[in-house]
Amino acid sequence: MTWVNDVVQGILLGGVYALLACGLALMFGVMRIINLAHGDLAVVGAYLVLVVLDHANISPFLALVPVLPVMLIAGYGLQRIVLDRALRAGVLVPLLSTFGLSIVIQNILLEKFSPDVRSLGGQAGSIATGSWSVTNAISISQIGALIVVVAIAVLGGLQLFLSRTQAGRRMRATAQDPDTAELVGVDSRAVYARATALAVAIAAVAGLFLAIRSTFYPFAGPTQLIFAFEAVVIGGMTSLWGTLAGGMILGVAQTVGGQINTQYPVLAGHIVFLAVLALRAALGRQIS
Amino acid sequence: MTQPAVVEAPRFSVERWGRTSVLAVSFAVALAVGFAFVPLLFSLNTTEKATSLLILVLLAVMWNALAGYGGLVSIGQQAFIGLGAYGTVWLCNHNWNPYRAMIVAALFCGAVAVGLSPVVLRFRGAQFAIGMWVIAEAAAILVSLDQSLGAGTGTSLIELNYYTPTQRQHYTYWLTFGITVFFLALLFVLLRSRVGSSLQAIRDDEEAAASVGVSVLRCKWILFVVAGVGCGAAGALTLANTLFIEPTSIFGVDWTAYMIFMVLVGGLGTFEGPIVGAIVLFVIQNEFGNNGVWYLVGLGGAAMAFALLAPRGVWGTLEERFGLRVMPVGYRLRRQS
Repeated sequence: MTWVNDVVQGILLGGVYALLACGLALMFGVMRIINLAHGDLAVVGAYLVLVVLDHANISPFLALVPVLPVMLIAGYGLQRIVLDRALRAGVLVPLLSTFGLSIVIQNILLEKFSPDVRSLGGQAGSIATGSWSVTNAISISQIGALIVVVAIAVLGGLQLFLSRTQAGRRMRATAQDPDTAELVGVDSRAVYARATALAVAIAAVAGLFLAIRSTFYPFAGPTQLIFAFEAVVIGGMTSLWGTLAGGMILGVAQTVGGQINTQYPVLAGHIVFLAVLALRAALGRQIS
Repeated sequence: MTQPAVVEAPRFSVERWGRTSVLAVSFAVALAVGFAFVPLLFSLNTTEKATSLLILVLLAVMWNALAGYGGLVSIGQQAFIGLGAYGTVWLCNHNWNPYRAMIVAALFCGAVAVGLSPVVLRFRGAQFAIGMWVIAEAAAILVSLDQSLGAGTGTSLIELNYYTPTQRQHYTYWLTFGITVFFLALLFVLLRSRVGSSLQAIRDDEEAAASVGVSVLRCKWILFVVAGVGCGAAGALTLANTLFIEPTSIFGVDWTAYMIFMVLVGGLGTFEGPIVGAIVLFVIQNEFGNNGVWYLVGLGGAAMAFALLAPRGVWGTLEERFGLRVMPVGYRLRRQS
């Protein structure tokens, strides 16, 4: 029965990874770049919620409301100032410049907020600690369930945006072929800026739930980036719903690995990720 | 119909050695000979600093070989740095002479690179970058589970206590010096060979290079294995220079931050650039090393700025501006009058 419980907990854990991963997958799908500062931007989101809470005695969920527009603008600026230029400079520069950005963000956070490990669990109220018992051995935490619901809502919202709106159709067209999209009047730079703004705002949502569910500190970003990228790769690189599956597979790998040995959870996730990557590389070779 | 006028094509000669490059290579050799005498001429403290400078040069040159020539951005070379250091500890635990252990551990890292290569060299772009990072993280976890290697709390190389501090610092310096010069010479020879032409073609445009028959995968394999040995050696030498290591720092992603900074500031894809970058980082570390946070913000910011605004770094920009070719690793055309 504990195994069933591990799988359930892993699926719940996968919700956070899916939220983190879908912004990464969106940017990769549209621009073919991986933003190495994505995890750090999620942590920035968590710290911004913390700043709002310092000034107002409200629920962290409500505190996210003013943070989201700030993150949208930050994402827009990131694209216009850094990534547009990086995209033009070739395939290596987006990786190098976002890695530099990641170091800058971590150390500014360290300077502003001290290296203390923080959590927003306490301020989130009973939902952070409450759970429903399904059987004696299986319980579902309320926050875990909420994260999965939010992840599904965000992915569903993105899906609707991409398939039903004019802006979404432009984004898909640009993702397929930016030059041809330009020919029919799509401003690809505007599309890119919108995609990055969305991705960064979703990262902030992920950061909030990370902060409520567990802890964060200035250098928490790289680990979250690795988990998010693992979820993206396991889910198939460009598929949005794939990130949900990828996040959950990663989550299950970690909880089941943790059951085998308390020191194994992260290692088990890494091994599943490397196995998927190796398998995909091997299959890709056979096809081509 | 009139005959088109016959224009005599300008004649060119291809040259490799110019006056600057003969001077530069003589200067480089003289400098290398001079560096060999550092322990005899300077204090132990200076020798230790010179050792860390040479390790930085080695790391920068290795990372540049991967990214600058092979187009392989790795965020996980610390996997080899850590394995080089811990391989040395393991061998010393099994009664090896520490200095011999360092060389064998570096070669072991090369073997690990050979083992990883069929899989990881198939990864593209970010998959390779983060895939290597995950490998480094996994290696760190595995090492920290091993009690005989000091687990998570770290370990020191007590076997070096058989030497006096002076002997130890001198031997470590000379080994570092020998290895760094070896890799610089190896890369110099490699870049001047047929492989070198292929590498410079891959650097400029991977697809175009493949289309004219360059064996891209073979070239990348050579660089990946060489960089594995080089980074492993740098890890072993760091252990010998600092005497103590722990998994989180020796397998830390900070190493990659330093390597990216050195290579981007000096000049990605140039022979001399990484050396310039290593000197810049060395000076910064010695002048501002204590201002922790802002020092790192500056490093990250400078890496970003160079990547975006001057992707060929200080050296590459100088080369372009003044038509400099100091080390003769390429060819140039001279118009004959």
